[in-house]
Amino acid sequence: MTQTGPILAATGLGKRFGALVVLEDVDFTVGIGEAVGIVGPNGAGKTTLLNVLSGRYAPEAGRITFRGADVTALDVAARCRLGIARSHQIPRPFGGMTVFENLLVAAAAGAGARGRMAEQRVLETLALCGLLGLANRRGETLGLLDRKRLELARALATEPALLLLDEIGAGLTDGEARGLVEIIGAIRERGIAIVWIEHIVHVLVQVVGRLVCMDAGRVIADGEPAAVLRNAAVIDAYLGSATHAPAHG
Amino acid sequence: MSGVGDLGVERWTPRAAVFVAAALAVLGGLAFGPALFSAAITERLSALFIYVILAVMWNVLAGYGGLVSVGQQAFFGLGAYVAVRLSAAGISVYPALLLAALVVGGLALPIGEVMLRLSGGEFAIGMWVVAELAHLLVNLDPLVQGETGTSLIALDAFGAAARRADTYWAALAAMAFLLALVFLMLRGRLGTALQAIRDDDVAAASIGVRVLATKRVVFVLAAAGAALAGALWLATAITFQPHAYFSVQWTAYMIFMTLVGGLGTFEGPVLGAVLFFIVETAFGASGVWYLVGLGAAALGFALFAPRGVWGAFAARFSPRLLPLGYHVVLPAGLVPALGKKGEEQA
Repeated sequence: MTQTGPILAATGLGKRFGALVVLEDVDFTVGIGEAVGIVGPNGAGKTTLLNVLSGRYAPEAGRITFRGADVTALDVAARCRLGIARSHQIPRPFGGMTVFENLLVAAAAGAGARGRMAEQRVLETLALCGLLGLANRRGETLGLLDRKRLELARALATEPALLLLDEIGAGLTDGEARGLVEIIGAIRERGIAIVWIEHIVHVLVQVVGRLVCMDAGRVIADGEPAAVLRNAAVIDAYLGSATHAPAHG
Repeated sequence: MSGVGDLGVERWTPRAAVFVAAALAVLGGLAFGPALFSAAITERLSALFIYVILAVMWNVLAGYGGLVSVGQQAFFGLGAYVAVRLSAAGISVYPALLLAALVVGGLALPIGEVMLRLSGGEFAIGMWVVAELAHLLVNLDPLVQGETGTSLIALDAFGAAARRADTYWAALAAMAFLLALVFLMLRGRLGTALQAIRDDDVAAASIGVRVLATKRVVFVLAAAGAALAGALWLATAITFQPHAYFSVQWTAYMIFMTLVGGLGTFEGPVLGAVLFFIVETAFGASGVWYLVGLGAAALGFALFAPRGVWGAFAARFSPRLLPLGYHVVLPAGLVPALGKKGEEQA
């Protein structure tokens, strides 16, 4: 904990699809081991921000540094090998491979793990995510909750320093989401920084220590969760247009 | 709630060891083929070995790499053509067959640089275009004399029986070598990376897999394998007529054998090649209706039994004769306990 400075720093990010500006002059930093939540109405640019941070999209403007090194020009796979992992909003399991193999390939490609050591780490990660009993099942046979767990476990198997979560709670019941929150809390305790996009704010605030609100491609609030949720601009942009207000209060 | 340190990960089973020993014994026995079998059977078996190579290499490309190509006849034809060229340049004939496969593997590198940027149907059809282009370019070579073709004249130096035996051994050795190579490759890290790319290349990249580099390896390997098959076919047929080698029927055979046997399994294409060989031996003389039957059978399997004969068998009995994957040995209580959403049983 002696190292200072953010693990990830993005400055002046800009991204457009044709005439549509999706990100405009976004500054965003994540501290070492910090958990940050990102909220905002549909179309605010949250998932695009995640895609730019993970390397799936190249930004038209701005610069991203990870552990002090410029990673703006690196692709998804190269950034993953450096320690930035992500989960996908709609899970993308390797359907023809077993759950164990899904993680093993991630441990090998993302973390360079080999042999018995890699197998052991995969088993531990499966246990952490509650997937050990399904280790020999093919990815395509899993239901939604287990696919979400697999998405999380597979990202974790790459041994990231920063984990980007894209609406991992979407589509789950409150009970199911609680189980995921426990796992994500345990991941945070291991010192892994987390950036988590989620619509379900009361789930998010159980884990994150900081909340960022986006609207129309810009950051409109950034700070302690309770303060951000009280912010007038946030209430106007996000809560005012949401179909249901956050139940937490 | 103990740690996971006592859990085992199985990659091999006693049954698999017995099966591999049996397979090696069969291969060893086949090595005596030319002494045991009639000339006709020796020639037919040489064809079977070449079919196995074709099916296994197409399966590596499509079943494991997710790269469905309908233009692998490009490499089959180029393999035969380069063998003719090398032989004409004075290289002795059997080394020329092997060298031709390596040369075509080298040619596949720049072709792959372009083609691997395409995906799905574009890649499949693009490869067919590559095959047509290769066919046209080979026809320009004065040695080939257009569609008249040429022949592997150097083989005339051998007596018929010696040639038959040598070609048989070359095909058998090539098949055994490629089967071993593919098996070891698929069991290794490259194999799991390939399967990940096949299942979802976006997700594969997101966990750090070098997608393009991995596809490049499998593309070149499949090209060299098809080229070796083409060169060996030339050794059985002696004559080289471009249209016979660059015909899309070769890829149709590869697809048939792989689909019927089981796409994306190691054993499936070998079984598919044997089934194809039996069907061809029984009905090959029936001309057009034979081809119609083949097409209908491939379509039927694709629609109603997409896992193929071996895939369906493996799904039901999980024989794990040649295990490529990993099997976690779980304590008996764990699987049902988690099936009930984590409720612990005392």
